[in-house]
Amino acid sequence: MTKRFKTGYRIGVIILAIITAMLLGAIILWAIGADVFKTYLVILTEPLKNKIGITEVLLRTVPLTIIALGITVAYRSGIINIGAEGQMAIGILATTAIALAFPNLPRGVLIPFAILAGAVGGAAWGFIPGALKAKLEVSELLSTVMLNYIAAQLYTFFLRGPMLDPAELTMGSGTPQSMRLSRNLDLTRFIRGTRIHSGLFIAIALAVIIFFLLWKTSYGFKMRAAGASERAARYGGIHVPKYLIIAMMISGAFAGIAGSIEIAGVHRRAIEGVTSGYGFSGIVVALFGGLHPAGIVPAAFFFGLLIYGADMTQRLVGVPANMVQVLQGVIILVIVATKMIIANPYLMQRAEARWNALFAGKSSSKEVEA
Amino acid sequence: MEQMTKAIDSLRIEHITKRFPGVLACDDVSLEMKRGEILALVGENGAGKTTLMNILMGLYYPDEGKLFINDKEVHFKSPNDAFAYGIGMVHQQYMLVPNMTVLENIALGYKQAWKGLRLDLQSVRKRVKEVAKQYGLVVDPDSYIWQLSVGEQQRVELVKTLCLGAKFLILDEPTSALTPQETDDLIALLRNMSEELSIVFISHKLQEVKDLSSKVAILRHGKVVFQGNTIDHSSSDIAALMTGHEVVLPHNDAPACTLGPMLQLRNLKVRSDRGHLALDDLSLYVCKGEIVGLAGVSGNGQRELAEAINGLRKVESGQILFDGEDIANHTPAHVISSGMGYIPEERNTEGIVPAFSMKENFILKDSESPLFSSHAFLKKKEIDQTAERLRKEFDIRSPNTDVAAGSLSGGNIQKVILAREISRNPKFLIAVYPTRGLDMGAAEFIHKQLLHLRNEGVGILLISEELEEITNLSDQVAVIFKGKIQKVIPSSEASRRRLGILMAGVKDDEEI
Repeated sequence: MTKRFKTGYRIGVIILAIITAMLLGAIILWAIGADVFKTYLVILTEPLKNKIGITEVLLRTVPLTIIALGITVAYRSGIINIGAEGQMAIGILATTAIALAFPNLPRGVLIPFAILAGAVGGAAWGFIPGALKAKLEVSELLSTVMLNYIAAQLYTFFLRGPMLDPAELTMGSGTPQSMRLSRNLDLTRFIRGTRIHSGLFIAIALAVIIFFLLWKTSYGFKMRAAGASERAARYGGIHVPKYLIIAMMISGAFAGIAGSIEIAGVHRRAIEGVTSGYGFSGIVVALFGGLHPAGIVPAAFFFGLLIYGADMTQRLVGVPANMVQVLQGVIILVIVATKMIIANPYLMQRAEARWNALFAGKSSSKEVEA
Repeated sequence: MEQMTKAIDSLRIEHITKRFPGVLACDDVSLEMKRGEILALVGENGAGKTTLMNILMGLYYPDEGKLFINDKEVHFKSPNDAFAYGIGMVHQQYMLVPNMTVLENIALGYKQAWKGLRLDLQSVRKRVKEVAKQYGLVVDPDSYIWQLSVGEQQRVELVKTLCLGAKFLILDEPTSALTPQETDDLIALLRNMSEELSIVFISHKLQEVKDLSSKVAILRHGKVVFQGNTIDHSSSDIAALMTGHEVVLPHNDAPACTLGPMLQLRNLKVRSDRGHLALDDLSLYVCKGEIVGLAGVSGNGQRELAEAINGLRKVESGQILFDGEDIANHTPAHVISSGMGYIPEERNTEGIVPAFSMKENFILKDSESPLFSSHAFLKKKEIDQTAERLRKEFDIRSPNTDVAAGSLSGGNIQKVILAREISRNPKFLIAVYPTRGLDMGAAEFIHKQLLHLRNEGVGILLISEELEEITNLSDQVAVIFKGKIQKVIPSSEASRRRLGILMAGVKDDEEI
């Protein structure tokens, strides 16, 4: 088998997968009576037409990247973290608590301190399912999802109670949110007139760190070994439960950091709905990015585009933004199928035989003509 | 028989060719079999035997060639088509669902038991009992597959195939997990059965080829290089045809224990997954520079013993003295760092991380050693160089060290494990079924390495069912039965017959 055919085959399968996903999406769009072509055109091109659009997409890329990186660490270590949503919420609470308690700390201290608090909060929330799985073999699928609900309730409780903006009490509008946090926590918005903030660079730095952690250090080696084959890892003297817990804590910490940055960079206060499904989209981004930082960054951009584009379809063509979630579901199914197709050498071999029968014959006859 | 299959009077394979990416697995193979014949299909690993049988079973579709049953051409699109013609196969890799019971596994393929949506387990139970009685194959229908040893699982496979009413039996290395007595029984049984059936069996063991088969076919590199009546040819003729050269397996003839004990097991009690005592007051010692062969039918505590020594299984009571230190219930990491090497039973899933590259597998136990990392960062250069050196030294056949270890052949996987364990300079090595399923070339290589290690002063506990392997390599032979050591005898006194009797649980072998 030639290398060229292999590469071509893979690219071909991926293109086919994208077309399949779009076709399946089209069926659903058509079923709800939308203009299929226009919807896709709006989602994929409208956001990229101006500075604001592009920066808004990047704005969504930041939390998606960070969460997906965390999910990758967990996934590669053999534990599937569906709890990023909850870990993010706890991270936001921790960041908010620090910012409320120490509003006068200088920027250089408050920002790292608050983000670190977010990481610790998320890590603590990730520790629970990690420890439950490592010590008691509780399925992380159940525990992480259930902890999402608990985190959501805690979040609401804090925003309506201890952390509620005092101004809301006097004004009586009752919007559950914290007060505007200290300006010393604000991440720099580095392009005038847009909301894009320095969290973007943090996300990219974290991607590099995760690459090094997983593939260049002995810790990453052990985590990946534990994830790839628990039995062989145990045989190799790797304390699998320990690395499961560490991986879940890193995963949670990243979700927490994503929450902190979202607060410090975009909202500047804890409000309801900050997490807005990033925890779940992060899973799709991680899988779509091939569980590798180099794939995750572009994948996060793509999903940022989908999410922001979907907002626009609501305004421009009247298709509900929730459609993006349907598309995400379709994409997950297509990714799984694509992975199986690419991993199957017999299928590839058959494809090559067909290809040769179809085209190699033609090309040789052309040579004869020439 | 309840199955509505007609008898198979003849089966013919004509010019079968099958290609896999980069490999020509079967190259213009033609064979013919008649009812009542037993064909031994012999050849080294990777010669194409299993592929050929998988084609016969409808698991693969041949690229070229034809199949005839009773002189009529047939096309098998799936194993179901092959079953329908009465072809049944017991695979080398058992096709069993681990978290279902024996009965449920058999019921999966037993169509008569499926009445609409209802599954009549009682009729399956009855059928299993019949078959078990008829052929003397004892299985506990209610145990879960994951609880069974490899040997027991194979028995389940045999019962399953027989329950389905196979008329044409394909057995892929059927005796690899049986005791000598059981092997003899099986051979007698298969001979009896061959009056009404045809049997093809794949084997590496020349003795059973001689004992059982009426015809023999030898495959090499996907081609049939020899076909003939077994009776006309000696074992050594067949061995020479199989490998293309004369093979003499190495033999241990050095003096016994002179250097003092290295591993002492004292009154070990260890529980199996099922909770019963797999090791019951087991005591044994192995000296430095000595090979002790542990003979026994699989499922008598061998797996638990190896796991307990290596810290992978809890020790209920007793001591494991390793170079003077009690390592019972220490972590695997501690056991490894105190100098224990371990070649596990499940080479594909335990001995390697299949998805990892060969070089990553070489450092599986040493990712934190200063050799391969500093301040937690892996040293790429050292890892690459070591991997390349080991690949050459141990003659591991692959283009480079970046290939996924799981994609290598069984023999090469075992060499990867052996290379890693030996290069770590162990003080002691536990080798569990180190050559199971390997061809003679690979087995020879591994035996030489083990003997070399012994002569350098390393103690070795060799757990095996191959009596020839045990008697060839060991200084002492210990026989395990139901979690206890039956007897330890010097290798020179360990005749096949005597070991077989001990393995079957007869305590005082002198009286027989």
